[in-house]
Amino acid sequence: MAKARVKAPKTAAAGEMVTIKTLVNHPMESGQRKDKEGNLIPRKIINAFTATFGGEHVVAAAFEAAISTNPYFQFSFTVPATGDLVMKWTDDDGSMIEQTKTITVA
Amino acid sequence: MSFTRRNALALGSAAIAVTLLPLRAFAASEKSMEAITAFADGATVAEGGIELTTPEIAENGNTVPVEFSAPGAKRVMLLADGNPSPGVATFNFGALADPSGSTRIRLAGTQNVIAIAEMADGSYTQVAKAVKVTIGGCGG
Amino acid sequence: MKKFTKTLTCVIAASAFATVAVADEDAKLIINDELKIETNVAASADSPLDELFSGWVFRSNETQLMQMDDFDNPSFIFVEQAEEQFAKVDGTEGKACATCHEDVASFKGLRTVLPRHNASTGKLDTMATLINDCRTDRMGAEPWKFSKGKMTSMKALISLQSRGMPMNVAVDGGAAEAFEKGKELYYTRVGQLDMSCANCHEDNYGNMIRADHLSQGQTNGFPTYRLKNAKLNSIQGRFKGCMKNIRATPYKEGSDEFTALELYVASRGNGLIVESPSVRN
Repeated sequence: MAKARVKAPKTAAAGEMVTIKTLVNHPMESGQRKDKEGNLIPRKIINAFTATFGGEHVVAAAFEAAISTNPYFQFSFTVPATGDLVMKWTDDDGSMIEQTKTITVA
Repeated sequence: MSFTRRNALALGSAAIAVTLLPLRAFAASEKSMEAITAFADGATVAEGGIELTTPEIAENGNTVPVEFSAPGAKRVMLLADGNPSPGVATFNFGALADPSGSTRIRLAGTQNVIAIAEMADGSYTQVAKAVKVTIGGCGG
Repeated sequence: MKKFTKTLTCVIAASAFATVAVADEDAKLIINDELKIETNVAASADSPLDELFSGWVFRSNETQLMQMDDFDNPSFIFVEQAEEQFAKVDGTEGKACATCHEDVASFKGLRTVLPRHNASTGKLDTMATLINDCRTDRMGAEPWKFSKGKMTSMKALISLQSRGMPMNVAVDGGAAEAFEKGKELYYTRVGQLDMSCANCHEDNYGNMIRADHLSQGQTNGFPTYRLKNAKLNSIQGRFKGCMKNIRATPYKEGSDEFTALELYVASRGNGLIVESPSVRN
């Protein structure tokens, strides 16, 4: 199963803008390539990403086959208070990767 | 270096290319136009207001870093105008989010990358950036 | 810098090379804002090169930036996988790498001296053969294929322990014979394009080959994550790619020829700083 790497700060000041970097180990098979026998390799990509903080919607992304292998996505948001950043990636095959990072407001 | 006929020809065609350039201002492909119309629900799309950062020359079309910042936007769509299928990604930002992001994309060749934003007031705007994708000697 | 001033004369000499230079001459490689890596060092007196350049200096700003942060560098996906593998028991002896080599940091410096002559076998050890010897002789596990994912990932993890240290392979004593063999391979023109390694990486580094900026072909960054294939690439895997590009029949990875060439090419970069795992185009 694909894995996600996430770089997020552990702490932040209330109201601080933080930047989150994410990278998933995934082939992002475009569905446009052919194998050695000339058959089309079926598409298999991460097609969606969502991030919530403390249950509140931060960003949702729909990805197409033009996103590179090992998809990278960086986003920024304001941390209102201590909470969990919950990130989910959805694969074409319906499987999901989930990662949670707690950001503490001191 | 002496001024050879070959050089003169090269200069001549370069001059022609330069004079032709203004006639070829940015125009999105038919497929991109469809995607933009769908995204903007047929509304008029203004120009500017989005900072789109792309390499001028991408060393490899397989992994091209792209960054955008669209202050005041609710949604942002990225298109690769010259790809067989121009869709790249669509981002939907909540109230906590900064309407910006960065990712790495595939470009099938030299082309424009387009960012279209839906602003909080329901208006739409777009910018396009040309990216030259090199066909490498050994890296390509 | 020589490589950038050389461009003009060579364009006239060889029409295959164009003039666009994309590298930033003043760029400095600092990883994670803390590890400064010198990418341009003096060559030793007996080197065929005037000065040594890491392949990093020939890459575009965007590619350079990707290597300056271990999160932005996608190689670290594979380094993390290797960390898990390092702790995992594999084979009939019930051992993991970590059973004997408790801390992977104990491999600090190993990358800088490989390939290395092994007096008991009379052959060169590469990191790949050392890993496989451990797997077959000590762990009772299947050897890994050269250049496949697990092997290249483990090489990246072990090489990382030497990041920041200068390359320092020995070419005398038992290694002398392989060094001479590698040198001969380096300067021998092969393939339909009738080119040697030296034609590009000694005579024309800094120039463009079509739209690509030629490097000195140094090994200090391997394994390297290439934007082209979005995975880690080994030194000998890259040799194979080069040989295919000049329409030659490549040697096999792990062959005496490629191992000798690996030693010779590494020796041309003695003094260059290990960057593994690097990012290239």
